[in-house]
Amino acid sequence: MHVPNGFLDAPTSVATGVVAAGAIGLALRGARRELDDRTAPMAGLVAAFVFATQMLNFPVGAGTSGHLLGGAIAAVLVGPWTAILCTSVVFVVQALLFADGGITALGTNIDLMGLSTVLVGWCVFRGLQAVMPKRTSLVPVQAGLGAFVSVPVAALLFTALYAVGGTADIPLDKLAAAMVGVHLLIGIGEGIITALAVGSIIAVRPDLVYGARRILRARELEIRPAATSGASS
Amino acid sequence: MGADHGHRLHFHAHSPLHSAPSHAKILALVAWVLLVVATPAHWFWAFGVHAVVLALAIGVSRVPVTYLLKRAVVETPFVVFAVLLPFIATGERIDVLGVAVSGPGLLAAWGLLVKGTLGVLASLLLAATTEPQDLLLGLQRLRVPQQLVQIMAFMIRYLDVVTDELQRMRVARESRGFTARDPRQWPVLARTFGALFIRSYERGERVHLAMLARGYTGSIPTEATRRPVTAHAHIHGSRR
Repeated sequence: MHVPNGFLDAPTSVATGVVAAGAIGLALRGARRELDDRTAPMAGLVAAFVFATQMLNFPVGAGTSGHLLGGAIAAVLVGPWTAILCTSVVFVVQALLFADGGITALGTNIDLMGLSTVLVGWCVFRGLQAVMPKRTSLVPVQAGLGAFVSVPVAALLFTALYAVGGTADIPLDKLAAAMVGVHLLIGIGEGIITALAVGSIIAVRPDLVYGARRILRARELEIRPAATSGASS
Repeated sequence: MGADHGHRLHFHAHSPLHSAPSHAKILALVAWVLLVVATPAHWFWAFGVHAVVLALAIGVSRVPVTYLLKRAVVETPFVVFAVLLPFIATGERIDVLGVAVSGPGLLAAWGLLVKGTLGVLASLLLAATTEPQDLLLGLQRLRVPQQLVQIMAFMIRYLDVVTDELQRMRVARESRGFTARDPRQWPVLARTFGALFIRSYERGERVHLAMLARGYTGSIPTEATRRPVTAHAHIHGSRR
């Protein structure tokens, strides 16, 4: 659900645009540390991946379905700075090439669905990683919890923005309750799918998961003696 | 190169709007939509003026109105919200067709609908009259950081590749008798994500290596830096 033009008033739209521009500027610097000179092609393909994830629908039952927001999973997979760049680029392309989400609401969409989900998802993920035992099997769980928390926080942030620059008077407590309530449910889905997806990547290529690299580095080299020698495969 | 298949929204035609410089179109769109958004909802005449301006632009572009209207469905969720607004908003109640609704809510719903629709049609008009390459060039001329434009260029170039990959995985799943009905099928779909991510990431690495092999130094030759390719240079393969 992208915020369209005219949902928030002009000053709020401009202010969120300034915040988004600042965040992208910071992220451009930070991403160089995560990806060095590979930034442009890698971030471009991860952005295409994030775009594609929003196209895969997950059936919820009773004929309804939803899709991932993808901010938290992107943060865990490629690092927070690159994730901010990728999600922002996705929203810019969606606004300019697909007319999805208002062009004046571009900053709002980047702040809410890109920036906030990436940052919240990453902070929760890192926080859990600091207190939980360092095992790769726990990374999907931490990623899932990060994704779960990120969705209602983004909804709360939307309510706050609406309180500042909303164009209609809706009782704010009702709006906040409805938004957070619905998004808690969406967050459960986001969390479970993120955990499952990160788990499947860790099983195959744990080295690709940015959030798991610290743990991998702490692993010790073990030399396993060959069980059988000269046996046919 | 994804250069020749364009994108889904582009409408091929030759009009002044198609050939106008893309940075001017982007600036005009942002300025005009900001103006529309800033217009108070009760200035009904002003929206008439906005609509006439938009209609003129669409007329000049030679893009059929039905083409744009069909694609305006992206704003449907917010139309639903706008329709509900008069019932959930606070303020004095007025009677419309025997139903008591909130007066300010009704005005806000009108504002939301008209601003959203005008904005979405204008954005669609930009997408319909501008090729992705021109759009990137326009962003570059507007001093959007080079790196960001490059990321965007790569994303647009590989968007169809990655979404086709997802499509092929869907066909493969379904040809094995898989149908996703409820959350019990999530693990399978999540593994699709995992596979898609690994494939996208590895493709990115291959693309990067291929670019290095062709002398990539961190910036893409643009219109300004690219010299016209002569037949001689082209045959001898020395483009730069």
